[in-house]
Parts: sequence; C-alpha cells; structure tokens
Amino acid sequence: MREVKQKDELAPEVRPEILATTPVWQHRHILDLDDFAPAEIELVLETTDAMKEVLSRPIKKVPVLRGKTVITLFYEPSTRTRSSFELAAKNLSADVISLSAQASSTVKGESLVDTLATLEALGADIVVMRHSYSGAPYIATRHMRASMVNAGDGWHAHPTQALLDLYTIREHKGGFKGLKAVIIGDIKHSRVARSNIWGLTAMGAEVSVCCPFTLLPAGLDVVQHHFPKVHIEPEIESALCGADVVMTLRLQLERQQSGLLPSIREYVKLYQLTEARLAKAKADAIVLHPGPVNEDIEISLAVAQGPQSVINEQITNGVAVRMALLYLLAGGSR
Amino acid sequence: MITKPLLIQGGRIIDPSQGIDEVGNLVISEGKISRLGSGQASLPGSDYDVLNAEGLIVCPGFIDLHCHLRQPGFEEKETISSGSRAAARGGFTTICCMPNTNPPLDSRATIDYVKSVAASEGAVRVLPIGCISRGRKGKELAEMGELAQAGAIAFSDDGQPLRSSLLMRQAMEYSLAFGLPVIDHCEDTALSEGGQMNEGIIATRLGLCGIPAAAEESIVARDLALAELTGARLHIAHTTTEGSVELIRRAKEKGIRVTAEVTPHHLTLTEEKVLGYNTNAKVNPPLRTKRDIVALIGGLKEGVIDIIATDHAPHTGNDKLSEFALAPFGISGLETALGSLMSLVHAGELTLAMLIAKLTCGPAKIIGTGYGKLGSLETEAPAEVTIFDPNREWLVDTSDFASKGKNTPLNGEKLKGKVMATIYQGKFVYKDESLAIK
Amino acid sequence: MANKIIMTAEDIRRTLARIAHEIIEFNKSTERLILVGMRTRGVPLAMRLAANIEHFEGVKMPVGALDFSLYRDDFNSLGLQPIVKSTDIPIGVSDRVIVLVDDVLYTGRSARAAMDALIDLGRPQAIQLAVLIDRGHRELPIRADYVGKNMPSARDEKMQVQLKEVDGVDEVAIIPTPPVKEESHEGS
Repeated sequence: MREVKQKDELAPEVRPEILATTPVWQHRHILDLDDFAPAEIELVLETTDAMKEVLSRPIKKVPVLRGKTVITLFYEPSTRTRSSFELAAKNLSADVISLSAQASSTVKGESLVDTLATLEALGADIVVMRHSYSGAPYIATRHMRASMVNAGDGWHAHPTQALLDLYTIREHKGGFKGLKAVIIGDIKHSRVARSNIWGLTAMGAEVSVCCPFTLLPAGLDVVQHHFPKVHIEPEIESALCGADVVMTLRLQLERQQSGLLPSIREYVKLYQLTEARLAKAKADAIVLHPGPVNEDIEISLAVAQGPQSVINEQITNGVAVRMALLYLLAGGSR
Repeated sequence: MITKPLLIQGGRIIDPSQGIDEVGNLVISEGKISRLGSGQASLPGSDYDVLNAEGLIVCPGFIDLHCHLRQPGFEEKETISSGSRAAARGGFTTICCMPNTNPPLDSRATIDYVKSVAASEGAVRVLPIGCISRGRKGKELAEMGELAQAGAIAFSDDGQPLRSSLLMRQAMEYSLAFGLPVIDHCEDTALSEGGQMNEGIIATRLGLCGIPAAAEESIVARDLALAELTGARLHIAHTTTEGSVELIRRAKEKGIRVTAEVTPHHLTLTEEKVLGYNTNAKVNPPLRTKRDIVALIGGLKEGVIDIIATDHAPHTGNDKLSEFALAPFGISGLETALGSLMSLVHAGELTLAMLIAKLTCGPAKIIGTGYGKLGSLETEAPAEVTIFDPNREWLVDTSDFASKGKNTPLNGEKLKGKVMATIYQGKFVYKDESLAIK
Repeated sequence: MANKIIMTAEDIRRTLARIAHEIIEFNKSTERLILVGMRTRGVPLAMRLAANIEHFEGVKMPVGALDFSLYRDDFNSLGLQPIVKSTDIPIGVSDRVIVLVDDVLYTGRSARAAMDALIDLGRPQAIQLAVLIDRGHRELPIRADYVGKNMPSARDEKMQVQLKEVDGVDEVAIIPTPPVKEESHEGS
C-alpha cells in the first residue's frame, strides 16, 4: 500500500486530473485495443490500481456491480481466462453465469446471434465471449444491447490479456515510452500478439516480432496504415538484444503437422527462450507468457520460473484488470 | 405486351457491335428492331408508343456470362424466376448460369430442366453452363457432348476448380469437338485452404486466413499452358490480380485462345470492405487491392480482359449472418452492376462505349451464334435493349432487390448510373416508374 | 446570476482550525484517531486537519484517502462512471476511531457509501464525520459530528467547494444556475 504523505505542505499531492468523472471512456464493448486511445488505456490501468487494492483486502469484494448479470460464453475451452473473468465479476458482486457452446458450420451464424438473443432475454448486462473464429464478437454486437467483452476471438484479438500484460509491464517499468518489447513465437496465429502490438505501440513502446517466416502474418513488412509498425527480426539473439520486455507465445503443437514447422525439435533449437539467450536482453528485462506454458518448448523451465519471469503476476493482475474493465463497462448510462 | 410499335426517341444510341455512338431514334415493332438512326425523317404512320430517351443511353441488352441462379437445389437463395427478374432490373437480357446447383448441371436432364423453367418463368434469356466433371467432383468428365447438344454454352466446374491437371487437359481436348469454351475458376485450393479474404495486412489485422494472389495465378498459368497444349478455348472466370492480367496478356500475345472476365466488384471494391468483418464483402476470389484494380482496368482497356461478368452469387440473410469464417462466399451483383461500373466511367477510367462493349458484344462473341445474334442493335435482330441514365443517382436498398440475395456490401451506398428500362424480345421486362411512355 | 461566495480562503482556514480543536476536545486524546478523507476534496481537507492537530498537539496524525465509488448506490443512474482511485489508509482501521472528512454533506449517500467501504476494511471502534459545509436535504439518517458551516440551500443550487490542492484556489460558493465547473460529488 502506498503511503500517504503527512506534511504541512500538501499542495502537490492531489492534482486536478484525478477529478470526478471519466469523459475519456467511450466504450460500450471491449473488442480489441485497435480503437483504444492511450488515455483510455491509461484509465484502465489506473482503475486496475484501485482494483488491486481491493484484492489486497481481507474482504476482496465490493458491492459495485450488485444486481448486474455477467455471462461468460465460451466457444473454446479455457480455464484461466474464464476463471479470471468469473472471479473478477464476483469480486464486484455481479451475478455470474457460465455457458459453454460450440460453433458449427451446420447451424451457421443463426446459432451465435440466437444464443446472444437468449442471453439478453435472460438479463445479461455484460457478455464475456471466447470464440474460435476471428470477428465473432463483432458480428454478435450488431445484434445485442448488452456489453460485450472479447475474451479472445480466433487469431484476431485478446484485449484483456494485452491490458493485463501492459499493467504488469507498467508495474515493473513505470511506463512504456521508449521500451523495447520483443514478442517471440507464433505471431501469425496469435491474438495475444496482435492485441499486444496495438497496445504497446499505442503507449509508445517499440515492438519487434521474432519467429520463423512461416509463422509471420502477411503484410507486416509493407508500410501501411492498417496495422502498427513492428520490426521483424527472425534471429532470436539479435531480437533480444537490449530488450526491456520479452514476451513468449504458446506454440500450438499442431503447427508442425500443418507443415509450418519442420519439427518441434528444430523450433526449440532456434526459438526457445533460454537463460543464455535472455542474457542478451537488458539485465532488468522481464519475461511474460500468456500461458499455459509448454515447458521447455517455447521457454525453458529455468526462465519461466526464473527471477525475470512475471508469469504469475500476470495471472493475479488479470483479475484486477478484468475487474476494472467490468466496472468501466457497467457504469455507462443504460 | 407492346402491341403498337415503340419509338425510343432522342437517346444516345451506343452499339459497339456496329460501332454506333450517336443520338437518334430506335423503333421496335413486332419484337424486332425495325429502324435505327439519327435522322428525323417522318415516321411511317403515327400510331407509336413513344419513349422519350433524351439524356439516356440506349444500347443492346447486357449479357452476363457468369451468374448463379441456385435452381435446382438452393431455391431459398435464388430461383430462375427471381434471378432473371434481378437480371432484368440490372439491364441484362441474357444471363448464363453456372452449374453448381443440386443436382449439378452435368446431364441433359438438368440442362433441360433449367431451360424449361427459364422458358416458363424466366424474365430474360437464361443460358446454362454445363459441368466439366460428373457431379463437379473433379474425377471423370461429364458427358460434355450431350451437354453441348442440350444447349450448354460452355463447360465449368465453377467454384470447385479441377485439381487434376490431367483431367483439365482432357476436358479441354474433349471440348474441341464442340467449339465451346472451358471456363475455369482459377484457384489452387491447397494454397487457399482455410482462406477467408485476400492475403495481406487487412487479413493480418483481422486475424483471418488469407488467400494469396498466387493461388489464382498458379492455376491461371497452368490453364494457359494447357490451352496452348490443346488448342482449346479457355475462358478465365473472375480475374482479380495484377499477376493474372499479366499472364493472360502474355498468353494472348502468343496467340493462345483465351478470353477473360472481371466482375464489377473486383473492379470497384478493395479488401478494405471486409474491415469490421463484413460478411457481405466475403467473396471468392476475394476483393483485392487498389493496385490490382489498376491492373484490371488496364487489362480491360487493352483487351486483355474481354468482358465484365457479375458472378452474381446470392445467399440468404441467415447464410451471411454468421461468424465470418462460416459465412459463404458471394455477392449479389446483378442489380448493382451498372451503377458500380459507371463509377469507372465517371472517373474517366473507361469510356461508355468500352463499358457497353464489355457487357454486350464481348460476351456475345464468347457465347457464339448458337442462340442467334446477341448483344447487338442490328435491324431485324430480336429487340433486346437496355436504356439507362448515366447520371442518375440512387441509393442501393437491398429490400428493393428482385433477387432473393440481399448480400452486397453496397447496401446503403449511393451509385450514379441507373437502368431505366430493359426490353427483352420486344417487351419491357423492367421499366423504372419515372419513365413515361406516351 | 453571479456566484455567491460563502467562504473565503481565510474563512476556510479558521474553520478547519476550529474543527481540529473540536476533534481533539471531543476525543480527549488523539491516540487512536485516523483522519480519512473522502476522495476527491475530502483528502486535502483531512490533510489540513492533520496539520492543524499536529500544530496544536505536536502529534503526527495518520491520514488516509478513501474512494467509495465501488460502494455508491447511484452507480446505475450515472451517465459517466466515477474514476475509481485506490483507497489508501496507512494503518489498519480495526479498533481505531475514524474521522471521515468530506467537503459537503448533502443527501448523506456518500457518507453511507464511505462507511460501508470503511467497514469492509476492518472493524473501527467508531466512525465520526467532519464536513466543511452542511447544506441540508438529508435522505438518510446521518448527521455530521463536526460541521464547518451550516448553509441551508435550495436543491437546484450547486455548492461549489474549491481547494488549492485540487482547484488552485480556496473558496466555497453557491452557484444558482447549473454548474459551470465540477461540483461536489454529493451534489449530482
């Protein structure tokens, strides 16, 4: 807990920017970070500070979302994201319903839109959805009044993960300007990478991606305005050179079967984050991983459990960030 | 029913088949074009219906070499009746329907079925395209000879390109006997597997699997080589990439018998239309880039691309109301074709005469003469005339569509250029309410 | 209509000095006291009270900041949500006497929310309430233990408290028409 200064000259302690309301918050849904201004991200991080304080109390529950219903609708299994959201909602005293569903091409989109209509009829105020197809939450929001939180859609976005990563980075680095962040792994199929690229670049960090070219999405090398500029660095040691933040991604082992990698063995050899490689980064660099970790594949066990790893803090911060987002979303006039 | 002769007065008559582009009058009597000219000579008799066409373009009825009418099998998406009425509203008097129905058009029975439904319920001429392979399965040839005799104007397994180069060679060789073209939807399905839109930064941003230009170009190159090998007529459906245009240009220079088409949407829309996961912009081949559009327009002007065809691919609202990856490919295009294409004329990219040629005598030449003289205003030809206002602005409202397919990314957009009347075999099959006949 | 100034900087200074004396007098000792400011403007007021008490008694007072946004009962009806800040109290509240400090006491709903928030942090021996202005119109059975100034007001008037630490100036005014500037959080 921060200490309150107790002195006679009080003037600099409280500044006008902390005044009553939040005109910067315009979001009815949280779909991706591509439409978040830096001030909005900053607001989420500040609100997260308050939520972390709540989490530090003996009674980790506040009544703010009493009477609100949060429904988690997962089309893909996920233990940690789901429980993180449910805990966050419960800490804010919301009622929580968990649903699992399956997307199928035989029933088509009717099922998604119908399912959401049903949830709305049940009184959902906020729907937290994980979906295996990119863009599913966008289709859904066209047909619902409740707020939507994207808990991961296909390869596209995972904004709450990126925000908890940003929060964790801010806790360690104080800010983002001029930070050098490296994302290593399957960028092409990673919603975590995409959302982090939006978030980190918006906050002024410089982002490099490091992966075999088969796992690199198209078009990053061309100057354009549809996606933030990132550096492409296929060689891991030069990518890590001077890095402040190192993010490794989970490697889906089926990438090898689809011909994108000759073998997992070779991937480990070329791209695993090892202690020796991490030594190329700055001495105070932190290591993140969205989890769950394939130990000794994308990251060595020693690094994952080492002093520079903040993987467990990410999990704790995830609850606080999601509390902040649910709070901010629920407050809109409706 | 027009009983009295119809005088279309004072319109700008453009008929590229005869090299005509002049303000004048057109007379239709007994279902045929009886007079055409700029002269104000006194007209014999006085008992005419008169259509004042001042400020309007009068041209041969449009021909669409590539559309999907969904009947038999998918009548919830479109029928021959609804699709042909959509064609009439779009200024088309002849449309050629692809065989990816259920059952597919791979036998005389199915071709006869389409022809008989078209004769009884169709608003305009419907010409069927037969399958290349039995059941469109890409395993063995359909009875192409019988299909030709039954009236198929070309062969295609549209949407399901032949993976086997050998079968494609055999199809081309076999087609030689009938003089009909083989139409290929060029897509290397191994390269495009899982693809949802053009490969590039937009796909990357949206997290969608991309379809690279190379998936089209590699099959275009293969087919061109086979056309050269066999001497058969090859028609490349919906060309979309700069690379394809270049390949076709070189093939034409070598004298290979190839023709090519491009759709209005590939000429006017880019992949950016997909942003926001707009399933109505999901089409195969996918919307590409500005650079490809420039090459496609260049190809049209040079004659590398012979015609414009709509690839009208209607789907139901529910089909498109889904996760992007689960939505079917296709744009409902018959009713917006002219309006979108006119943007190219207004932008100075194409001349009116060139645009009309690509929609009339161009496709007529590919179809041949089996169905009489198409795409021309020659006197004594069946009166098939499209009258349009090049400057009239209108809002696309899919609820007005005759097509059952409301799936277009243009809904709500303003287009400049509108079909005012379509005359098929001497009769109005479409007439804008504001157009008065005296 | 012009704003009616009801307290100047000098008035505020004197009033806070008096309240500090009252707190000392009422509690007999400062030993178990914590001053807790209600965000936003209660915080600098609590700090000033602490400074006064230190000046009079020579003891350093623990001062905390309390954010009660998460306990409000008007959360659903607000157009914009309040920025929630960390609650920050330097020592445990159990068995302590808490003096809640706020700028304006109005409906009593903020005080209610603040008490709920405090009780979630532990079990204080007692909670007292100190306010700079009591403008009346209570909607809950709550009264202040220390009042700077009783200022009966009409409901459509706005009470504008400005403090140097937040607003750059010390002044309390009544604004007859809808507010030009931010007003006390109790008023909206």
